[in-house]
Amino acid sequence: MSYITKSPWVIHYDGSSCNGCDIEVLACLTPLYDLERFGIVNTGNPKHADVFLITGGINEQSRAVVKNTYDQMPDPKVVVAVGICAATGGVFRECYNIMGGVNEVIPVDVYVPGCAARPESIIDGVVRALGILEEKRAKMAENGGDKK
Amino acid sequence: MITGIPFEILFAIGFVILAPFIGAFIVGIDRKVTARMQGRVGPPVLQPLYDIFKLFEKEKVVVTNEVNFYILSHLIFVVFTGALFFSGGDILLVIFALTLAHVFLILGAYAAVSPYSHVGAGRELLQLMAVEPMLIIAAAGFYMVTESFAVKDIVLSPGLPVMTIPLIFVGIVFVLTIKLRKSPFDLATSHHAHQELVKGLTTEFAGPTLGMVEIAHLYETVFLLGIVWLFFASASMPWIGVLAVIIVYFLEILVDNTTTRVRWQVMLRSAWLVALVAGAVNLGVLALM
Repeated sequence: MSYITKSPWVIHYDGSSCNGCDIEVLACLTPLYDLERFGIVNTGNPKHADVFLITGGINEQSRAVVKNTYDQMPDPKVVVAVGICAATGGVFRECYNIMGGVNEVIPVDVYVPGCAARPESIIDGVVRALGILEEKRAKMAENGGDKK
Repeated sequence: MITGIPFEILFAIGFVILAPFIGAFIVGIDRKVTARMQGRVGPPVLQPLYDIFKLFEKEKVVVTNEVNFYILSHLIFVVFTGALFFSGGDILLVIFALTLAHVFLILGAYAAVSPYSHVGAGRELLQLMAVEPMLIIAAAGFYMVTESFAVKDIVLSPGLPVMTIPLIFVGIVFVLTIKLRKSPFDLATSHHAHQELVKGLTTEFAGPTLGMVEIAHLYETVFLLGIVWLFFASASMPWIGVLAVIIVYFLEILVDNTTTRVRWQVMLRSAWLVALVAGAVNLGVLALM
């Protein structure tokens, strides 16, 4: 019996997004989409979070923050890269300060495409991430609470 | 047969076993009603239980080992407080046990080395300071009505205590908002949305440690609503108290959803002012009668 898929708490971080995807992430919490129906809560605290939502590409300044936030999250955890910039760097890819997508710094489990990603696809991405989260939990339980 | 076991012990055991589930149900209804007030569908009613079970599935991450000791002590003393209350024990001892439980929570937050957790712990101390006078005045009020500090005697005494100490009841409902960590007094930690404090007091608690804090909160919610019930305690008509508890809790949800958080100065001043005016006037009138 697993409860982690019934109560995924989300932390949202803006890597170097144009704010388009961030607005769409917040739109998921509004009455129209109401993510809390699925028990999803936006925590803002990495130590309470299970799902790491990142928007925007990674630049030299946000790199350490993303790594640090990821390391602070207790296992099992999943990373969802929201929007094309978080996937590859998008239109900012060739900029001198952009390193590329989120997977340059931390392992990404789900890529949500779009510019900006629509709330429906973000919700879809998070729900797919829950399947991966459950797999990771089962693996952790097999190894007696240790990761991998 | 259970005739050999005194009722006190039965009530205490009943509280220890049932309170988390009753508390989770209350908090679940709270989240549902809150969602409806905001025009949302809201999570399932059993969501608080899912959250807690999930927290125990997570990795054990702790900043320093002392944190776990303090948080476990917090949980044990909250359970002790409630069990003592529901077994009809001394209400003064109940209040002091509750204070001790919160001191352990504050120590736990101070033991986790983090500025957010420290500021949260400082604010929790202020919340404790704000609430304490009103609780002591309520205990004194119950004593003046029923001439006993024992919860059992208060319940068995004739008449509803609230008829004699209505102002103290108002004061208790006021500080209940602070105790239940609801807006406008959710200074130390906030249930919903991330705040300027991240998560205040509970920022550094993860996984099972946070789970213990959440369970303690469920026990405490049931205990606090028990105090509200005590104002309407009547051995012959217990449903009056239950009705009062439902109305009071609905008002708490309404206040939670319609107010913004205040600064700690406002909380401390208003709580002490209410305690002084409502408490002192009510006790003064009782003393003169």
